[in-house]
Amino acid sequence: MKETRLGEFEEVILLLVGILGDEAYALRISEEFEAQTKRAVSIGSVHSTLSRLEGKGFLESEMGKPSATRGGRRKRIYAITAIGEQVLKEARDFKISLWQQFPGFNLGNFKLTLY
Amino acid sequence: MHKTNHKYPPERAERILEFLLKKELVEEIIGDLEEQFYKTLDQKGYRAARRKYWYQMLNYLRPFALKNIQSLDTNFYDMYRNYLKIGFRHLWRNLRFSLINIGGLAMGMTIAILIGLWINNEFSYNKNFINHDRIAQVFLRIDFEENIETQAVLPITVGSQLQENYGDDFEYIVMANWPGKHILSRDQKVLTKKGQYMDIEGPHMLSLNMIKGSRDGLNEPGSILISASAAQVYFGEQDPMGQSMIIDNELSVQVTGVYEDFPVNSSWDDLDFIAPWQLYVNSYSWVKRARDEQIWDDNSYLCYTQIASNAKWTSVQSRIENLVYDNVGSGYQALQPKIILQPMANWHLRSKWTEGQQKGGLIQYVYLFGIIGFFVLLLACINFMNLSTAQSERRAKEIGVRKSLGSMRNQLVNQFLTESYLISFIAFVLAIVATIALLPAFNQIANTSIVFPFSSVLFWMICLACLLITGFLAGSYPAFYLSSFKPVNILKGLKVDGKPSVLFRKTLVVVQFTISIVLIIGTIAVQRQIQFSKNRDLGYQQEGRIMMELSTTDFEGKYHTLRNQLIANGAIEDMATSSSPMTGIWNTNGGFSWSGKSEKDNNDFATIFITHDYGNTVGWELTQGRDFSRDFKTDSIAYIINESAVKYMNLDEPVGTPIRWHGGREHPVIGVVKDMTMKSPFEPAIPSIYIMDYTVNTNFIFMKLNPELPTKEALARCKAVFAEIGPNVPFDVEFADEVYGKKFARLERIGQLSNIFAILAILISCLGLFGLAAYTAAQRTREIGIRKVLGASVSNLWQLLSKDFILLVLIACGIGIPLAYWGVHNWLQNYEYRTSIGISIFLIAVGATLLITLLTVSFQAIYAARKSPVESIKV
Repeated sequence: MKETRLGEFEEVILLLVGILGDEAYALRISEEFEAQTKRAVSIGSVHSTLSRLEGKGFLESEMGKPSATRGGRRKRIYAITAIGEQVLKEARDFKISLWQQFPGFNLGNFKLTLY
Repeated sequence: MHKTNHKYPPERAERILEFLLKKELVEEIIGDLEEQFYKTLDQKGYRAARRKYWYQMLNYLRPFALKNIQSLDTNFYDMYRNYLKIGFRHLWRNLRFSLINIGGLAMGMTIAILIGLWINNEFSYNKNFINHDRIAQVFLRIDFEENIETQAVLPITVGSQLQENYGDDFEYIVMANWPGKHILSRDQKVLTKKGQYMDIEGPHMLSLNMIKGSRDGLNEPGSILISASAAQVYFGEQDPMGQSMIIDNELSVQVTGVYEDFPVNSSWDDLDFIAPWQLYVNSYSWVKRARDEQIWDDNSYLCYTQIASNAKWTSVQSRIENLVYDNVGSGYQALQPKIILQPMANWHLRSKWTEGQQKGGLIQYVYLFGIIGFFVLLLACINFMNLSTAQSERRAKEIGVRKSLGSMRNQLVNQFLTESYLISFIAFVLAIVATIALLPAFNQIANTSIVFPFSSVLFWMICLACLLITGFLAGSYPAFYLSSFKPVNILKGLKVDGKPSVLFRKTLVVVQFTISIVLIIGTIAVQRQIQFSKNRDLGYQQEGRIMMELSTTDFEGKYHTLRNQLIANGAIEDMATSSSPMTGIWNTNGGFSWSGKSEKDNNDFATIFITHDYGNTVGWELTQGRDFSRDFKTDSIAYIINESAVKYMNLDEPVGTPIRWHGGREHPVIGVVKDMTMKSPFEPAIPSIYIMDYTVNTNFIFMKLNPELPTKEALARCKAVFAEIGPNVPFDVEFADEVYGKKFARLERIGQLSNIFAILAILISCLGLFGLAAYTAAQRTREIGIRKVLGASVSNLWQLLSKDFILLVLIACGIGIPLAYWGVHNWLQNYEYRTSIGISIFLIAVGATLLITLLTVSFQAIYAARKSPVESIKV
C-alpha cells in the first residue's frame, strides 16, 4: 500500500499546484513558494517533491507548449488528481479537529471562518 | 562585425545536466533553468544569473532526476572500508614515515600546482580579445649582410597598400604608432600617461569593453578614448563624456568613450588612452609627409590586422609577403624586405626572432618549468615508492594472512592502491592549502597576478586527474611488488625483502639525486649569468644619472637657460639632451659612406643625436681624439664614433676620417669612444655614430645630479627649475640604473624561481633519504649492536651506514653533470654575452649535495651507532 500521509512541504506544494492551475510547472511553483513563504528553495527540490507526489498518484502531469524564453523547450504542467484533493482535505480536516480540541480555540466563530 | 554581446546560460552546466539527468526530464529541467536565467539576467545581471544557474544545476543532482546507476555489490564497499581502515591504522602506527611521505608528496604537489597555474597564466595572455586567434601584427624582415633583422616598425604606406590590394583578406587593418608616454592634461591636472594613436577600427579589433560611449569613438579626429582608471584619475565622479583634454600640450581632444582597463596579462595592459590615427597624421608634419609622399624607407609605424574569417594564415602570408619589395628601389630590394604576419598567439610566448626565423622566447621557460614541475612531483612519488617497499617486511605478515584466507592478488593490489590514494589525497588537501597560502608570495616573485581558480571546473578536473595519476604512480610498484609475496615463505618467516627491491630502491635514489644535481647546477648557472652580465663594463656611468622623456616642444630653444639654471642652483653637475635613452637605442640608419667602404657594408648604424655636454653628463670614455667642444665652431658637423664602428668600418686612423651620409657633405670623425652598453646587457654593442643636434631629435634630457647633495634635495631643486621653465610638463624622471636594472628582471625572476625549485627538490630528496636511512639503521639494529660489542667505534659504524648512500649520490653526480652541462650550454647560447661554464660550478654542486646527504644520513647513522648494544641486541 502506498503512503498517503503528507509532509508539510508536500502539502504546500500540492496547494500551490491547485492555486497556479495552468501555470503549475516546477519553476513557477518554486517561485510562488518563495513568494508566499519567504523561504528559499531550489527548483530541484520542488521538482523532486512533485515527481514523488505524482508517483503517489496525487498529481498528474503533461507536457505543455514550447516557448521562446526557454529556448523552444516545453514545460511539464502538473494538476491535482481526485485522490490528491481527497488527501489535502483529509489533512485539513485532521488539523481542524486537532485545533478544536486545543483549549483556547474551541469557540464557535473559529469554525465559521473556516467553512 | 558589430555583434552585440549576447549572454547565454553557462554551457558547461547545461552539458553536465544533459549528461547526468534522465532523458525524459532533460527538456523540462533545462527549459526551467533557462527561463529563470533570462529572468535573473534582466533583473540582476549576468553574474547573478550564472551563479543561480549553477546553484540550481547542483540542486538537481538528486536520485529522482539522475540516470539509474547500476546498484553495487555491498561487499565491494565493505572491503574498501576495510582497506581504508587498515590504511589509516598503518599511517598512524608509522607516523614518522607517514609524515615524510605526506609532507614530501604535498610539497611536490604544491610545486606542480603552482607551476601549472603559472603556465596556464602564460597561455591565457591576450586571450581576452574575442578575435585573438585571427589578429596579427605585421612585421618587416630585412636581410642585412651580417644579420637578418625582424622588426615591428614599418613604412606608413603598408596600411593603405594592404587595404587597397588585399582588402578582402582582412577584416581590419589598423595602423598605429608605438605606444608611449604622453602628457595628458585636463585643467590643472597634468600627468604623464601611456597612450597610442590607432585607426578608427582599432577598438573593434581589440573588442574593447566600453563602459561609456561606443567602439566608434575614434571616428572624429578630435576624439579620445580613455581607460576607466584614467577617467577616475581625471574626472572622479564626474561624467567624462564630451569633456575636453589636451595631449602633449598641443592637441585638444574630446572624450568620446571610456573603456574598461585592459587585463594585466594582455599586450596593452597599461594603456591609458587611445587617440585617432588621423589626429596623429594631421598633427605631425613628418608623419603627414611620410603618408602623402608614400615614403617606403621610413620605418616608424606599427600595423595590426585581423584576417577575414574565411582566410588562411599561410595563404594571406604568401600573398602579401612582397608588398614592400615590389614598391622600393633596387638598392633596397637587394636586402630582400619581406612582410611577415605574427599571429597574436605568438606575441607573448614566441617573441624572439633569430636570423629571420621565429625562435623561442618565453615558451622555452614555460616548457622548462613544466618539466621541472613534473620532475619535482616525480621525486615525491619516488619517496613514496621507496619507503613503502622498504617497509614491506612489516606488512609481509598481513599479506600472508590475507592471502591464505583467500584474498586474490588483485584485491591486494587494490588495497595498496587505495592506501596510496589515501595518502595522495591527504597530501593533495595540504597542497591546496599551501598553494593558497603561497600564491601571494609566488605572484610577487613571478610578477604575475594569478588568482586561485576556486570556481574553475576544469582546474579541479585536472587536479583530480593528476591526483589519480600520482596515486597510481606512487602506489603501483609497492602494490604489485607486495602482493607478489608467496604466503608460504612469509609465514615461515623467510626474508622477503630481496635483491631486486633493494636494487630498485637504489636506482630510484640515483634518479632523485640526478634530478637534484641538474637543478642545482642550473640554478648556479643562472645566477652566474646574471652576475656576469651585471658586472659588464658599461663604458659610461649610470649612477646618479636621471632621464626625462620629452613628448612636447615646451623646452625647445630653452636648452641653455635650463642647463645654466640647474647648474647655478647646484642641483646638477651637467645636463645634455639625446635622441635615445641611456638604456636603449631608438634610431638606426643606413646610408653612411667612407673611403674604403666595400659594396656589402650596408649595415645600419645606431645614430644618437646629442649635445656638447653629453659626454660629460654620461661620463663616456674617449680612447682616441677628443670630445665635442664649443671652442671649435666646426664641431657642429663633426661625428664621434664608437670602437665597434671603427672595427666595422675597418679604419686604421679613425680620427679625421670624413664620413658622408646619403652622399651629403663630409663629416669629420673627431673622436672615438669606448662601446657603450645601452640596449641589451647580453649583446655586444652595435656600431654607433654620435651626431650633434640641438633641435629636432631631442627625445630625452639627461642630468648628472650633484653628488654633493642628497638625491632628494637635488631632485627637489631640479623640479623647481623645471616648474619655472616648463610649467605644463610634469617632472617625471627615471634613474638610468633603475631602468637598466629592469633588463635583468626576467632573468632574475627565472633565477629566483629555479632557486626555489632546486631547494625544494633537494629537500624532498633528502626527506626520502632520511626515511630510507632510518629504515636501514632500524633493520641493522642487531648487527650494529654486535659490532659494537666486538669493539667497533661510533665512527666505524657511521662510515658503515653512510658509505652506501654516498656511493649512490656519487653515481648520481656522474650522470647529472653531463646532463646539466649540456642543458646549461644550450641555454647560454641564447645570450651573446655569456659567462663560461667553469669547473667550479660542478664542484660546488657536488660538494653541496654530498654535504647535505652526509648530514641527512649521519643523523640517523650516529643515532643508531650511539644506541646502547644492550638494548639493541635484546630485542
